[in-house]
Amino acid sequence: MLNRIRTFVSSNFGWLAVAAAIFGAAAGIGAFTFHYAHGLSYMSSEPEACRNCHIMNTQFDSWNNSPHREKALCVDCHLPHDIAGKYFAKSMNGYHHSAAFTLQNFDWPIRIKPHNAEILQENCERCHKDMVENIVAMEKMGNGEGAKCVHCHKSVGHGPK
Amino acid sequence: MIGIKRALRGLPATRANIQHGGKSMKSDGNNSSAQKGAASLLLIVAVFIAAAALTAAVAALLINIQTRKAESYTPFTWLADVDENTTDPEVWGRTFPLQYDNYLKTVDATHTRFGGSEALPPQKSERDPWLLRLYAGYAFSLDYRERRGHAYMLEDQQETRRVKERKQPGACLHCHSSIIAAYRFKGDGDVMKGFDIVNAMPYEEAAAITNADGKKLVEHPVSCVDCHEPMTMKVRVTRPGFINGIKQYKASQGVADYDVNRDATRAEMRGYVCGQCHVEYYFKGEGKTLTFPWHNGLKADDIEKYYDEVQFNDWTHAETGAGVIKAQHPEFEMWNQGIHARAGVACVDCHMPYMRVGAGKTADHWVRSPLLNINRACQPCHNISETEIKARVDNIQDKTYVLMTEAAKAYTDMLDAVVAAKNAGASEDALAPSLALQRKAQWRLDYVSSENSMGFHAPQEAMRLLAESIDFSRQGQISAMRILAAN
Repeated sequence: MLNRIRTFVSSNFGWLAVAAAIFGAAAGIGAFTFHYAHGLSYMSSEPEACRNCHIMNTQFDSWNNSPHREKALCVDCHLPHDIAGKYFAKSMNGYHHSAAFTLQNFDWPIRIKPHNAEILQENCERCHKDMVENIVAMEKMGNGEGAKCVHCHKSVGHGPK
Repeated sequence: MIGIKRALRGLPATRANIQHGGKSMKSDGNNSSAQKGAASLLLIVAVFIAAAALTAAVAALLINIQTRKAESYTPFTWLADVDENTTDPEVWGRTFPLQYDNYLKTVDATHTRFGGSEALPPQKSERDPWLLRLYAGYAFSLDYRERRGHAYMLEDQQETRRVKERKQPGACLHCHSSIIAAYRFKGDGDVMKGFDIVNAMPYEEAAAITNADGKKLVEHPVSCVDCHEPMTMKVRVTRPGFINGIKQYKASQGVADYDVNRDATRAEMRGYVCGQCHVEYYFKGEGKTLTFPWHNGLKADDIEKYYDEVQFNDWTHAETGAGVIKAQHPEFEMWNQGIHARAGVACVDCHMPYMRVGAGKTADHWVRSPLLNINRACQPCHNISETEIKARVDNIQDKTYVLMTEAAKAYTDMLDAVVAAKNAGASEDALAPSLALQRKAQWRLDYVSSENSMGFHAPQEAMRLLAESIDFSRQGQISAMRILAAN
């Protein structure tokens, strides 16, 4: 196998080198773009990363002045807490956010999507379960469209909504 | 380089000849080798195109990110000087292109269910024929059309039969043009003095005011300078009608010596700038002084009380001879009675909502109905779907329209009864109570019908006024019918 690769490379060395140079240039610009756009910051849990594009400035500022600041970062409420779910949600949201921000084709004020609203609700319950167990259980007995915590406590994490 | 030569070996004979001086003719004589060479060439071209496309895409993304970053750093750069006399918005637009571009969009025709128009707007009486009887004997029965955008305010005024066929004063230009520079010129630097002079001039003469250099001063519809302080861009009020009117109103509330540009908060200013024109007004006395009748308060009843006190009639109704008042377009006053005003939500919040431009934000200077822009206009506060918001507005407007049509029916029934009594020879004294009731009914019906929101700005207030209008109309009708019965 190794030999075959070696043979292939040596017998096609010329155009492979050209292709490598061209793709290398593209990869170089790509790497720079990634760095310039603070790409690595998205691998972290830092709230600052969530406002790289400024759209979340209001949410960040109000969270920064809210009681939740001491206990929960953006990701604690907005991402699932199992590894697979977390990275799936993170990559889906990351994809949607960057596509929307690049193409500039999204509504503003932005509104949370149903799937993300569910993640949020689960995270409210994750921490406040002892307190709200009974309330939540009753909601779930209905048609499943019961009020979410943030329906009333809408500015508890951040404003304006 | 060896690899390239090898790859090129498969090129068609003529090209290969050039590269290898004919030597390849012998070695590449067979077809399969030539095909293999052609395939390699295609592969190289494909790789080149793929790499070029990828690089272009990455570079485009890079530039996009760079643009977004720049947007968040640079609000504006001064490119042209503007001062208090710069009425041409284009000059301001050089420095503030985002705001100017959106301001220019007011030339676009927009429609909602109860408003809006194309190049030649339809007569309002096409939908509501009773308007012709409401305004009998008044210029509004000649020509009264749906609105167009801010861009047309001056042009439309100069084209309407109300101005072309009836004599109108220069006071009209207070709101239909960017007028302050002309006031300043006429008043030798004193805007208030110029305001008094221009008010009393004939319309055509006022519209043609030129300065010493022969430059026309009344050229533009509402412009940047009317609401913004040059250099600081601070939102401010310039039009004397509002400055005087709000001072009168505040005095009635126990606030002495109110100076709107000194005393109003930034949030209040977001309503006051629009209140410079979207109000009830009249031309007072021989000087045709444009006056906002807020001496007793901002409610329809307060305004009516003022008109009664100064015994003002806009015109004499042609069918009955009643002295009546025309409600102009009391959006500011109506909004003041509504829930949005109570919650501190001003005109600009819904009609010029913040818009995102890349990573930056600005107020949308395309002033228009919030119904055309529910996301940005309503959803910053109302966390419900756009269709639900639209349905709630429709609910208010539909019900207002139903009651308005009822009020119009009551009003025309009253006109019929009064005219019948008059024809039967009823005396002026006998008719006086009916005519007084007509004045009240007309004012309330007109107030809701002329106010440009079909009740939305203050739903319960609009319904109250319509209900009172119906009551006064029916009372007037009964009074006239009693005269008829007694005859």
